[in-house]
Amino acid sequence: MATAGLWLFTVLTVLTLFFIIFFVLKKGLPVLSLKFLATNPEEMGRAGGIFSTIIGTIALTMTAILIAAPLGIGSAIYLSEYTRENWVTRVIRFGAECLAGIPSIIFGLFGFILFVTKLKFGWSILSGSLTLAFMILPTLIRTSEEAIRSVPYAYREVSYSLGSTKWQTVTRVVLPSALPGIVTGIILSVGRSIGETAAVIFTAGSALRLPTSVFSSSRTMSVHFYILAREGISMSNAYGTAAILILAILAMNLVTYAMMNRFMRRYC
Amino acid sequence: MPSVAIRAQNFSHYFGARQTLKKINLDVLENEILGIIGPAGSGKSTFLRALNRLNDLVADSRVEGTLLVEGVDVYAANVSVVELRRRLGMVFATPVPLPRSIYENVAFGARMAGLRNKSALTDLVLDSLKKTALWEEVRDRLHSSALKLSGGQQQRLCIARILALKPRFILLDEPTSGLDPISTMKIEETLRQLKKDYTIILVTNNTKQAARVADRTAFFLNGDLIEVNETTKIFSAPSDQRTNDYISGRFG
Repeated sequence: MATAGLWLFTVLTVLTLFFIIFFVLKKGLPVLSLKFLATNPEEMGRAGGIFSTIIGTIALTMTAILIAAPLGIGSAIYLSEYTRENWVTRVIRFGAECLAGIPSIIFGLFGFILFVTKLKFGWSILSGSLTLAFMILPTLIRTSEEAIRSVPYAYREVSYSLGSTKWQTVTRVVLPSALPGIVTGIILSVGRSIGETAAVIFTAGSALRLPTSVFSSSRTMSVHFYILAREGISMSNAYGTAAILILAILAMNLVTYAMMNRFMRRYC
Repeated sequence: MPSVAIRAQNFSHYFGARQTLKKINLDVLENEILGIIGPAGSGKSTFLRALNRLNDLVADSRVEGTLLVEGVDVYAANVSVVELRRRLGMVFATPVPLPRSIYENVAFGARMAGLRNKSALTDLVLDSLKKTALWEEVRDRLHSSALKLSGGQQQRLCIARILALKPRFILLDEPTSGLDPISTMKIEETLRQLKKDYTIILVTNNTKQAARVADRTAFFLNGDLIEVNETTKIFSAPSDQRTNDYISGRFG
């Protein structure tokens, strides 16, 4: 009975997933063409393609990860390897967890006030990616810390007993073993960044031009989809954008999975 | 009379308030195999880990008295712990190959010490593997994962890995506790071979193993060193009743 019930839940979950993907692809795929990918939007997106929004998405996400990953992984290393558990680490961890629960639109507002107006970065890739970086930081810290903690204590002991310094133990033994977990955290963060709309609209703006520097305003695919659908500009182009988003995320997961698989086979 | 390589003088160790070693006075002689026996919790592993300061990794680990390795106080302020651990190679109860190739496992210590020269590294790896007689079994798969080796092979790899440090001492913490009799025999044979070049301390919960390989045997009980003597004397005519009770299997 329990088995049947749980089986049903699992099937429902998987079916929902496939239904969403199927629905979006069915509506979006007919629009897709090389031209759709390679040309910039025209007439607010009613015509033309989505090239500039693809570039905007990549630029924004990559910059956000480049900012957040060193901070997040660094904090995780500090929390797990360089301090003993005490009230300070508990406060940091509690703070990070609270940060993870804050709605993204609040991050957007915060980023708008701090980066766009106060620091005068304007609506730009820089403001957007800094905001996204803050938003994904808690997830990154959390997943990296868990990955680092799950490295067997014996590895550390062996490393020290073979005459390694603390730094060598962390960088040569602990981090490589924790890498799959850390990369998982990064992928989750990339996914969240790509999909984020509220925080991005507030901070990176929605310019349709091709961005030329980190100070350019730029529109991401998610924002593009939102605007096309919300303002009723072009539903078919909106679904085309959505289809590309879904395919991109699928492809990214597949590539990472393959890479991890290869890495694991080599070292474990 | 062989010279003293390690000397413990009134050496005590604490984890927080709990005293794990009580004023140990013990000499380890050059090129001997010293067996340390005793029931679980008797402090024998703690003594071993005090020598290469691996106990330092545990919070509130504390020592009193002196522990001299080749005349130098291990706990003196100017001692380089990294250097110390290279001189006292340690083998753990469960073999722990690092998740990398056989070659890289053996080369690990030398790489950490900054050795980059490829041919020197390879020479070192081959030489160390040959000393543990693992060479014949792994020569055609040096670059495959060390985790694929059998338990006994992994443990011999761990011994090869510390030989590559060019240590003076080999500390073994119940190295065969998880191994089958044949693997155990191979490791014991390796230890006998290594004795001429290294000073070896073998902590074991298997008294018969001490009887088989150790030149001298020390008996620890509840953090006290009860007695230390020639292995034959310990096993034929121990001077303390508790030693007699332990080796004849009356407790432990």
